[in-house]
Amino acid sequence: MFQRNQIIGVAVFLLTVFIVVPWLIHVSGRWDFYYTLTSVALLSIASGGVWLTFYIGRINIGQGAYALAGGYVSAVLVVKYGVSFWLTIPLAGLFCAFLSVLIGLPILRLRGVYFAMITLVLTEVARLTALALPITNGAKGISSIPLPGEISIFGLTLIPDFSTIENVKLAFYYLATILMVASFAGLYRLVNSRIGHLCRSLQQNEELASSIGVNISYLRIIAYAISSFLGGISGAIFVAISRSIYPASFPVKDSVDFMLNCFLGGLGYVFGPMLGTFMIYFGWDVLFTTGKYQLLIYSAILIMLIVTLPNGILSLPIFHKRGAGK
Amino acid sequence: MSALLEVKGVTKKFGGLTAVNDVSFEVNDREILSVIGPNGAGKSTLFKLISSFLRTTSGEVLFKSERISDLAPHVVARKGVVRTFQETTIFKSMSVRDNVIVSHHLRSQANLAGYFLGTHTAVADEKEFGRSADEIVEFLGLGDIRDEIASNLPQGHLRALGIAIGLATNPTVLLLDEPFAGMNRDETMHTVELVRGVRDRGVTVLLVEHDMDAVMEISDRIVVINFGDKIAEGTPEEIQANEKVIEAYLGSEDDEIGM
Repeated sequence: MFQRNQIIGVAVFLLTVFIVVPWLIHVSGRWDFYYTLTSVALLSIASGGVWLTFYIGRINIGQGAYALAGGYVSAVLVVKYGVSFWLTIPLAGLFCAFLSVLIGLPILRLRGVYFAMITLVLTEVARLTALALPITNGAKGISSIPLPGEISIFGLTLIPDFSTIENVKLAFYYLATILMVASFAGLYRLVNSRIGHLCRSLQQNEELASSIGVNISYLRIIAYAISSFLGGISGAIFVAISRSIYPASFPVKDSVDFMLNCFLGGLGYVFGPMLGTFMIYFGWDVLFTTGKYQLLIYSAILIMLIVTLPNGILSLPIFHKRGAGK
Repeated sequence: MSALLEVKGVTKKFGGLTAVNDVSFEVNDREILSVIGPNGAGKSTLFKLISSFLRTTSGEVLFKSERISDLAPHVVARKGVVRTFQETTIFKSMSVRDNVIVSHHLRSQANLAGYFLGTHTAVADEKEFGRSADEIVEFLGLGDIRDEIASNLPQGHLRALGIAIGLATNPTVLLLDEPFAGMNRDETMHTVELVRGVRDRGVTVLLVEHDMDAVMEISDRIVVINFGDKIAEGTPEEIQANEKVIEAYLGSEDDEIGM
């Protein structure tokens, strides 16, 4: 079913993420990289969701709203109701998926720039809602969130309490990357199954899709709910890492970045958002040395990349000699 | 025994404009019935009403004696009334074969979760769709270009692909919107053969068309509409001799000639 070089590609990737990177960080002593890479992993989960809405032909600039919602769900459950953090990850995702069904029912009928504009507003609506609701504690937000507790079955500890772990950064790094790998494996399977085929039919011609019997509104809602689920879980873990959340934790800029990550990596490739997130996050950090020219150079490079590679970095031929998509 | 498809007093108004006015006719099983009429007569609107892409203002469409007007288009398609499009509407960035495979949607046994998890039913579906798509592609003479991306195809092949997409849904009634438009005589006659072949597979064909030669050649019966009204119905011979039809098409001297 899989080509040999695809399997090798995946193996090299997993080896790099789970063994080589932690080893390099250990050797070099650059512990700060854990935070950077954990962020990249979480942001790419959220971007992966945005990518899926692109895949059904919708420009989604509202993922920040679901990341924020997911973050608050986790924070409120942990702090106010004493729910285990681990349980709040799926709960945050499911809450966001449910929310996105309610929001998606009316707005997914819109196409092109109209859908994009509404989603852009969503992030701001989420911020204002967080500011106004009593349960989110307004502008003060929720802080001093405890670290994730332990998971044990019949006295056997599967995951130790994070506050007893010596190297919390490494623990979060593994949590984020494992979830990233799982999310993208899921997306890959989705896109390469018949569901992906149906999504492409939706992206290319909704009217025709409808006339061959595809329930287009149902499929759109499903894709949007999965997208928002991914936004929610990434938000929940972010909150656990920063141990606080404020209405401004996920501003509109984040929503735009999620979209940019997809563009940069390539809208036609499942692993595009992962690569895009990595490039944008590190590109920005590397340019830090250029001081006041940082934004100028960063924007110029982005514009150039989008003009010269409209189908994303993964459309470069070197990625296709060795098994596509990886 | 009533007809397979019954159009009963269907009317569609867009604001003050009546596009289709109280049109009634019946389509029998395994018949090729053409709806003709000058430009702007309301043929395409009528088609959209039958396939439920538009809501009727009044009147109804019955399929196997069951009302199908005002249902969602995919529900009507599921019942067996499937429409192809006037514009060469296809899934542009897919290969010919993928276009046909995805159009097998209505034959799916598995649900979305099944496809995700790769259950037995889902795998069997995919296998069957592949086999059936190859057969349809071959049947419509697209075998040599099955892996070509659809947007690269010339006009004639696109039209055949449109029919292939329709066939893949396993329709009882297939609505073809101007299948011969923009074709030369050879291509038209080739497509006429394809449409006959579709009927011989047991599919009832309802088509809207401008090309008179093709219509006279292919149709069992013809319905003529003009300015939204049905003005005639009958066999090709009867229609050719019908005064009202000749008047509608040739009109008085200053009228635009519709063909």
